[in-house]
Amino acid sequence: MQMKLFFGSIATLALGVGIVCAQQNQNFDNVEVHVLPVQGNVYMLVGAGGNITVQAGKEGVLLVDTSFAPMAAKVSAAIKTISDRPLRYIINTHAHGDHTGGNEALAKTGSIIAGGNFAGTTTDIGNSASIIAHERVQQRMSDQKPALAFGMLPTDTYFTAKKELFFNGEAIQILHQPAAHTDGDSIVFFRRSDVISTGDIFTPGGYPVVDLERGGSINGLLDSLNRIIDMTVPADKQEGGTYVIPGHGRLCDEADVVEYRDMATIIRDRIRDMVFKGMTLEQVRAAKPTRDYDPLYGATTGFWTTDKFVEAVYKSLSPKK
Amino acid sequence: MNRKMILSAPLALTLVFSAAPLWAQYEPVGEWAPRFHEDQPERIPGPDIGDYLGLPITDAARLRGDSWDASLLTLPEHQCKPHPSDYGVRGPANLRIWKEVDTDSQKVIAYHTHISWQAPERTIWMDGRPHPPEYAAHTWQGFSTGKWEGDMLTVTTTHLKIGWIRRNGIPRSDRATVTEHFIRHGEFLTDAVIITDPVYLTEPFIRTTDWQADPRQAIAPYPCEAVVEIDRPLGAVPHHLPGTNAFLKEFPERYGVPEQAARGGAETMYPEYRLKMATQK
Repeated sequence: MQMKLFFGSIATLALGVGIVCAQQNQNFDNVEVHVLPVQGNVYMLVGAGGNITVQAGKEGVLLVDTSFAPMAAKVSAAIKTISDRPLRYIINTHAHGDHTGGNEALAKTGSIIAGGNFAGTTTDIGNSASIIAHERVQQRMSDQKPALAFGMLPTDTYFTAKKELFFNGEAIQILHQPAAHTDGDSIVFFRRSDVISTGDIFTPGGYPVVDLERGGSINGLLDSLNRIIDMTVPADKQEGGTYVIPGHGRLCDEADVVEYRDMATIIRDRIRDMVFKGMTLEQVRAAKPTRDYDPLYGATTGFWTTDKFVEAVYKSLSPKK
Repeated sequence: MNRKMILSAPLALTLVFSAAPLWAQYEPVGEWAPRFHEDQPERIPGPDIGDYLGLPITDAARLRGDSWDASLLTLPEHQCKPHPSDYGVRGPANLRIWKEVDTDSQKVIAYHTHISWQAPERTIWMDGRPHPPEYAAHTWQGFSTGKWEGDMLTVTTTHLKIGWIRRNGIPRSDRATVTEHFIRHGEFLTDAVIITDPVYLTEPFIRTTDWQADPRQAIAPYPCEAVVEIDRPLGAVPHHLPGTNAFLKEFPERYGVPEQAARGGAETMYPEYRLKMATQK
């Protein structure tokens, strides 16, 4: 994915201006959706917006995230190249529209698994896929102005530390990560395929987006990265094994998450040291605590600039007044 | 010789000559023992902390080196990393190269390499396949394609994981492209590695490594099991805060190198820099 696409998509939404503005800013006409087989039953779709994870098998199709709304038809066509079975589940990793924009249109292409005499007895139940998310995602999306269509919202929320599914012969763990990228983040672990889908907790193309307005924090984000490292088991040569599909950017494994965690931890430690010394945000910015990582992760234009990242880390670490 | 034999002889000769290669390159295939006459202090004992001499690095790379703490390598998730392919030849690199040949066409599909330390294996594709898209996974050895330029095998590698140019924290980014030239002179093999990194280098960095043929070489296995060496809080990452790394002075003091020179940069690669060093403290 091009860096422009990465920042253009992730950022507009983190601002909170929502899907409408994001769609106005991007032209999706020429965007292609690419299918990358990962391993086991899992595939990665790459296009505009966040990455989409696809798990497919005899029982149907499960998606993690749905990209932008205008991408839905292309995403649906890409899914058909993997499986002709019905879409059963959508899991939203968080509330931002570059990961949830296609919820309504894609859900309508599927149907829930309903048994016995129930299926087909009502007109509005069972005719679309379930949309699963942590309850904070539903609350954040419900609070959005202008209001989102009802069909965009998660239909099946959880409020505990985790939710479990068994689908297509595979255990799937949906694990809440409190106060990380937002306050409603989930990471999704496909245990048999040995693949983790992280949402925007891990975005190796740029600095982590810490959405303070929606309950994110740098320490929660680092806790989540460390949890991912704890869950992943590399194969020989510290490579492969558990694969990691990031919110944006290329397919990764544990070593890539480690590199990113190291970067985010080192920058957090530097800014924390400056906060302890009583430095103001302007003084911290002037000290350029990210300058060795800026050529890899930084940006001077777009929404999520290096300055914004430093500000978010600073505010996240500063004592609350 | 009967008449049938006389008639079939020209056909047989034609077959013999058409089956023979018209031209063949000087194959790098074999068992190769490393020679450490170049850069031995850096390659075997390891580089000094703060020794950036001869590296065309950016300021960003310099700060990465200044912040690096060797204790990082005690973290379990760092212990079993192999050298990336652009650095692997520098270490204890007993090298094996073998080729994969298509049975029907007898064309070379790929060369494979195996290096002793951490036992990384690598494929150099010779069949003209394209490099993968950017969204594909990056690996320690990267994705390599090769072509013959005369008797020189030229290899282009992309899709590398973030690695290192010197084992004291000087990084190489995952956007780097590496060009290699494998050149064989009889029983000697040279690999000239050219790293182009738009992130951490101001100009391409070139270094050569040599081996001698060793047909009796047997490379031992290299299993690696990560263990907890030091009990630390979860998520602790050893590093030096900017301006606090007291070890940076040791290299210039021990070798009498001007501090400015130790900081590296493109000009320190070139012989004429010695004249400038003579004027530095």
